[in-house]
Amino acid sequence: MAEVLVLVKVADGKVNKATLEALTIARSLGEPAAVVVGAPADVVETLGEYGATKVYAADAEELRDYLVAPKVTVLEQLVREASPAAVLIPSTQEGKEIAGRLAVRLDNGVLIDVNELAVDGTATQVVFAGGTIVKSRVTRGIPLVTVRPSSVTPTPAPTTPAVVPVSVTLSDADKAARVVERVVEAKGARPELTEASIVVSGGRGVGSADNFKLVEELADLLGGAVGASRAATDSGFYPHQFQVGQTGKTVSPQLYVALGISGAIQHRAGMQTSKTIVAVNKDAEAPIFELADFGVVGDLFAVVPQAAEEIRKRKG
Amino acid sequence: MNIVVLVKQVPDSSAERSLRSDDNTVDRESANNVINEMDEYAIEEALKLQEAHGGEVTLLSMGPERATEAIRKGLQMGPDKGVHIVDDALAGSCALATSKVLAAALRTLSPDLILCGAEATDARGQVVPQMVAERLGAPALTGTRKLTVDGTSLTAERQTEEGYEVLTASTPAVVSVWDTINEPRFPSFKGIMAAKKKPIQTLTLADLGIAADEVGATGASTAVVEHSKRPPRAAGTRVEDSGEGGLALVEFLSSEKFV
Ligand SMILES: Cc1cc2nc3c(=O)[nH]c(=O)nc-3n(C[C@H](O)[C@H](O)[C@H](O)COP(=O)(O)OP(=O)(O)OC[C@H]3O[C@@H](n4cnc5c(N)ncnc54)[C@H](O)[C@@H]3O)c2cc1C
Ligand SMILES: Cc1cc2nc3c(=O)[nH]c(=O)nc-3n(C[C@H](O)[C@H](O)[C@H](O)COP(=O)(O)OP(=O)(O)OC[C@H]3O[C@@H](n4cnc5c(N)ncnc54)[C@H](O)[C@@H]3O)c2cc1C
Repeated sequence: MAEVLVLVKVADGKVNKATLEALTIARSLGEPAAVVVGAPADVVETLGEYGATKVYAADAEELRDYLVAPKVTVLEQLVREASPAAVLIPSTQEGKEIAGRLAVRLDNGVLIDVNELAVDGTATQVVFAGGTIVKSRVTRGIPLVTVRPSSVTPTPAPTTPAVVPVSVTLSDADKAARVVERVVEAKGARPELTEASIVVSGGRGVGSADNFKLVEELADLLGGAVGASRAATDSGFYPHQFQVGQTGKTVSPQLYVALGISGAIQHRAGMQTSKTIVAVNKDAEAPIFELADFGVVGDLFAVVPQAAEEIRKRKG
Repeated sequence: MNIVVLVKQVPDSSAERSLRSDDNTVDRESANNVINEMDEYAIEEALKLQEAHGGEVTLLSMGPERATEAIRKGLQMGPDKGVHIVDDALAGSCALATSKVLAAALRTLSPDLILCGAEATDARGQVVPQMVAERLGAPALTGTRKLTVDGTSLTAERQTEEGYEVLTASTPAVVSVWDTINEPRFPSFKGIMAAKKKPIQTLTLADLGIAADEVGATGASTAVVEHSKRPPRAAGTRVEDSGEGGLALVEFLSSEKFV
């Protein structure tokens, strides 16, 4: 069976969930071969647990010092040497950018934000704020896709991967955009927004940065991540990186709770594919109710504290 | 410093958007077509740099006849001129072809800096900036929320999932921006009037030395096989809060095993 290359994304020293999902998809297409660029060796075990039969490890100090291009060079070299059946990349900003550059180098079509990839290479994408489902194919080259987070449930399939060291020579062009500093902004103990199985978001209705404590409290009680509408981030209620929607993150959790969010189409673009949607809004006409599985028409400042109290009580 | 800003015309994201049933391309006839939102932030950044460093700002767009509206709209903010790549053979172009055409036009313009949006609202690919840079052999500072220019050296803050990164590169370079970078100006009355007279040059594929079969539906590296409307979500239960809304909410969460 041909190899299927999966580019590994490591965050906080751990393989991220989207990578495990990509490995899960890769297994149905061929032999999953994980590609680790400039990351710690201890991720190999996790990759094996999720079915990677091989781990290509490119670990040179300088691979970390430049934006995107070195990872493209590693992948380009592996595609040329291993003739894989497909290349899967987690669909983060960086992942999409790597896929784009790789597509140019290989003159190979690229499909972005793919939810499913069938054995025959047909990809499923959900576009236009979740309103349209597209089936598409790469017609030049192999399927080169970025896999949208929360598309599948990662399932283990333990193997012991063979680790294959990879060495690459970076060109001057690879070194043209240098990363001089990386700053991790504290997100506390909450799960990563795009990976969380529960997301609790607040909108303009929350009213202030201080009131966002209510949103955080409910999120913490449910073990979820906190999100925000653009009106909330633009008003400075919550940091921009937590924005959900067309110009923010796309989330697809098991449960999405919208507090004081009207449900504008651009917000829906980022959360419409959530499994269960719950909304609290004092306006019975708010469009968010059109997609909510459960809605409470009421003042969030009464409903949310009461709900929090009840959850605490039930938890004992 | 001469700057080219890439501008894409897209169907308005606040309205219903569809793909056509005949050729699977975006239905632009029935849509309200607007300038891609992030591109307005790129234009604003270009104008600020022009104010500080001089030079010319040119808007570049590839798209059908009507994409000229987007260029004209962008010119109202203050840029000097526009370049519009328009050719019937371009319909249905994939991202690879788009970047090839844009890069060819950029070679003829040879700017010091190429500014663009980090993402277009229709396809949301986030690929074009890096693709263009790759083709030009130029560095790309992408997803930026802050840009500083000092002579030929650029420093940018890139928004990441975890926080941010500080990047450096030298011109000529591609810089793509998010909406956190600035606050785009509204066109003044004077700006709107002036834009009517600003030159917009049109370029065809022949002008760029690109063959028709390298682009468009014929030359596409990806193809839409089929598409369908996603069934709308059915609304579920809704309760009015009359003092027990929070309890009802928890009861629902509990019945779904979230509590
Ligand atoms: C190109 C473009 C891209 C965009 N991208 C995004 C994006 O990525 N994400 C995004 O979210 N938006 C985006 N928007 C903005 C979007 O159109 C809406 O403006 C935004 O989502 C509104 O946020 P909101 O629902 O919090 O605020 P509003 O629409 O003001 O809604 C607030 C809601 O809170 C309710 N409320 C107020 N007080 C209370 C209370 N005490 N209790 C209960 N309910 C209360 C109100 O009834 C109202 O429904 C984009 C817009 C454009 C044009
Ligand atoms: C729903 C949908 C899904 C699609 N999926 C794919 C896909 O998976 N793979 C694929 O190859 N193609 C795809 N396409 C085609 C693709 O949208 C076009 O080729 C497009 O012009 C480039 O990609 P983008 O819009 O994603 O740009 P992005 O990379 O998101 O755009 C970033 C920036 O590049 C600049 N830019 C982009 N296009 C132009 C332009 N025409 N003129 C000037 N500046 C521009 C703008 O500044 C923009 O802000 C899709 C199209 C649609 C409508």
